[in-house]
Amino acid sequence: MVMHIVDRRLNPGSKSLENRQRFLRRAKALVQGAVKKSSQDRDIKDVLEGGEVTIPLDGMDEPRFRREGGTRDMVMPGNKKFVEGDWLQRPNQGGAKGSGAGEGDSEDAFRFVLSREEFVDLFLDDLELPDLAKRKLAETESEGIRRAGYATSGSPANISISRTVSRALARRVALRRPRKDEIETLEAELAECDDETRRTELLALLEALKAKAKRIPFIDPIDIRYRRFETVPKPVAQAVMFCLMDVSGSMSEHMKDLAKRFYMLLYVFLKRRYKHVEIVFIRHTDRAEEVDEDTFFHGPASGGTLVSSALVAMNDIVRTRFRPADWNIYAAQASDGDNMTSDSGLTGQLLTDKILPVCQFFAYLEVGEAANYTFDMPDSSLWTLYERLRNEGQPLSMRKVSERGEIFPVFQELFKRRSKQERV
Amino acid sequence: MGSSGELLFDGADWDFQTLQRVHDACEKIARTELGLDVYPNQIEVITAEQMLDAYSSVGMPLFYKHWSFGKQFAFQEASYRKGLMGLAYEIVINSSPCISYLMEENTATMQTLVIAHAAFGHNHFFKNNYLFKQWTDAEGILDYLEFAKGYIAVCEDRHGRETVERTLDAAHALMSHGVDRYPGKKTLDLRAEEKRAGERRQHEEAVFNDLWRTVPNTKAKSKAALTAERRRALLGLPQENILYFLEKTAPRLAPWQRELIRIVRHIAQYFYPQGQTKVMNEGTATYTHYRIMNRLHQQGRITDGNFLEFLQSHTNVVFQPEFDDRRYSGFNPYALGFAMMQDIERIVKNPEDEDRDWFPDIAGKGDVEGVLREIWSNYRDESFINQFLSPALIRRFRMFHLHDDPAESQGIKVDAIHDERGYRRVRRELARQYDVGFVDANIEVVDVDLDGDRRLMLRHTTVKGAQLNETDTRRVLQHLADLWTYDVALTEVDGTDKVLKEYVVSPRAAAVAA
Repeated sequence: MVMHIVDRRLNPGSKSLENRQRFLRRAKALVQGAVKKSSQDRDIKDVLEGGEVTIPLDGMDEPRFRREGGTRDMVMPGNKKFVEGDWLQRPNQGGAKGSGAGEGDSEDAFRFVLSREEFVDLFLDDLELPDLAKRKLAETESEGIRRAGYATSGSPANISISRTVSRALARRVALRRPRKDEIETLEAELAECDDETRRTELLALLEALKAKAKRIPFIDPIDIRYRRFETVPKPVAQAVMFCLMDVSGSMSEHMKDLAKRFYMLLYVFLKRRYKHVEIVFIRHTDRAEEVDEDTFFHGPASGGTLVSSALVAMNDIVRTRFRPADWNIYAAQASDGDNMTSDSGLTGQLLTDKILPVCQFFAYLEVGEAANYTFDMPDSSLWTLYERLRNEGQPLSMRKVSERGEIFPVFQELFKRRSKQERV
Repeated sequence: MGSSGELLFDGADWDFQTLQRVHDACEKIARTELGLDVYPNQIEVITAEQMLDAYSSVGMPLFYKHWSFGKQFAFQEASYRKGLMGLAYEIVINSSPCISYLMEENTATMQTLVIAHAAFGHNHFFKNNYLFKQWTDAEGILDYLEFAKGYIAVCEDRHGRETVERTLDAAHALMSHGVDRYPGKKTLDLRAEEKRAGERRQHEEAVFNDLWRTVPNTKAKSKAALTAERRRALLGLPQENILYFLEKTAPRLAPWQRELIRIVRHIAQYFYPQGQTKVMNEGTATYTHYRIMNRLHQQGRITDGNFLEFLQSHTNVVFQPEFDDRRYSGFNPYALGFAMMQDIERIVKNPEDEDRDWFPDIAGKGDVEGVLREIWSNYRDESFINQFLSPALIRRFRMFHLHDDPAESQGIKVDAIHDERGYRRVRRELARQYDVGFVDANIEVVDVDLDGDRRLMLRHTTVKGAQLNETDTRRVLQHLADLWTYDVALTEVDGTDKVLKEYVVSPRAAAVAA
């Protein structure tokens, strides 16, 4: 008999993908809760790798009629010492019912693995860019074109043949333009006709028809239609993210680590909203410089602290490379809060006049040492300054963080969907 | 190719030529020596991921989309990744041609084992067992699944994914009560099903006349009140196939919803024989691969090393943990089935006096293959065990019967063991464990007054005092009420018609049927 061997290995995999997505959609609320919970005590890198979550089975179950209790008879293998008529103790009297219910019992929790994309999607799902971003977006639009129906005028290149012909056909039918075969039949009849009266009749008829055909053109200018295009505003699809960090001696590794986590989250988040995301790293002591990522986080530096230097540097970069009209600008600043008191005035002025007007979002993250975090600590000079600016109505977001575990909640709090007027 | 002596393969590697050689060698033994009669074979090589895919859609190569399969997949993938679960070496589908999936990771020996097991053992069983002949349509199943998948996708486009999902959820909940348990209806012709669905749709379109909607209703002719008896007879009650009843009688279902229920019902029916023949099916396949592998080894077509590899996996497959073992979870159908097949072989070939007493028909008959083929064709697990479980095997497994009556304070009674007095009782009780009549709750639609309040009445006749789990039952009834769109009542009665418990469930506001 003929046997066929089929190699299915090259078939597109993940046939179950759609079913899986359906399942995730269905369990969305549950999974999201689980993702939040599991992300609290994880490193960023792990989170972005996806991972296993556990959700309760409630609501996800597929009920069936199943029976429990009653008299049960079982046949089992492996008798060693029982003889007929023996009595056996029921296993742990209290929970005997449970053991009796048998294999139909559903587990109370359900564990499964989420892929990286699924995890990040769910994690960031109820976050959104703050409202002020939209105001900016409206101003920084470029234009695109899209099809928009038909027009009676336009460039010959845009003539819609099918539309034109169908309109011509409708017109010809409505005005009863004689058809070609109609005329041909008459002519054929005329050619064979001997009867004189009939001939004149036919001739007159033909004449009339031909005249009518001439009067009613096959295609009339009023039939012609052009494909119409209209321009639509297109939101700018690129963003630049400025990472500003104080690298003076007072910043410990732990603090830098916290800042790094925040930057990474912000990057992932922006990446989901914009096609193209650039990152600019600016580190500063008492003077600022643009550096690459590695130097930013690990390069040694020392000196005093002048926040304004970083803001000046950022402003220069914006002016030269990222026109606010073309770019969505996001900035996140991390610092331990130290700043020269004399610098406060300049910093405040730079922020209010230069930086904040061009930014969609400016977040200040004050990082603290894990061990000596106390609530009694007086607000740092930078915090005090920023708080004052915020109270004046500047769109600044600020948070204090001292533990790894706080990064996620803080991030979520900053970006969570909120009603219009609320400010972070 | 040489018939004997020539090695089929050496080592663990294989390619498609190897598979072809192995198949041909197995086929020769299967046909000439065992006399098997099989559907044409189609062997498909798949990856582990594809195997997981297949797992989550009950092993079928194509299936409609539903979230519950996604849940299955997520669950299985998680346990597979953690190493809790090994994957099956193969999946075989009762279709013609008979499709066997082979994992690419398998060694050459394993592929041989799997081909002998699935492509010949299971295949023969599918083609010849009376239950499969009666209830399944191997020729039509793949086309039907294709149709079902397409139909459901179209419904989702037309009526929205959620509505379709709700209907399927409800139908799935009732799936175990959507099979005809007794023959008498026409055998299924799944190929015609697709055509009939199309015809039904066309007919609806053809007879649809918008005018009728606007004609004022005349007053209903006063019907002579039907007697309850007559009414039930007209509806074909009592009816144990709840899905069938819904499809035909539910007052407010849209035609496409009826079609969905029909699809779920047909699929349930297709799998119905598999649940009743686990022991026999696996027993047949295991016995077949054991015979074929041994013969191949004898013929010198498998090296000793490869044969040892085979023996090791074979031993794993037919391992039966004892009741007090941590790994025990009931009888292993492979172990029990294989042991019984071998035992029958022994009885037919060299019976002892005891066997002659117990099995006068087959003892010493000599024609092992003939007797086995006969058994494979005409029995299901329950009747098979009831007839062919021998005292020798009861002793070998040291089987015993426990009787657990909750009313009995002394505990669980050892009712019978592997001795002269106990053989028959042990055998009867074991057979009962495989009786579908006992495995599924006996629930029937008993009455509905379509002219009155339209409340659907169900009855569960309890067996040995086992009642339904309340939480789950309420959920299932909720699904049922949503499809029925009127109240649904379930009464649990014992053998003497004494009412034990009553449920009444009303449809949810946003019911499935609009």
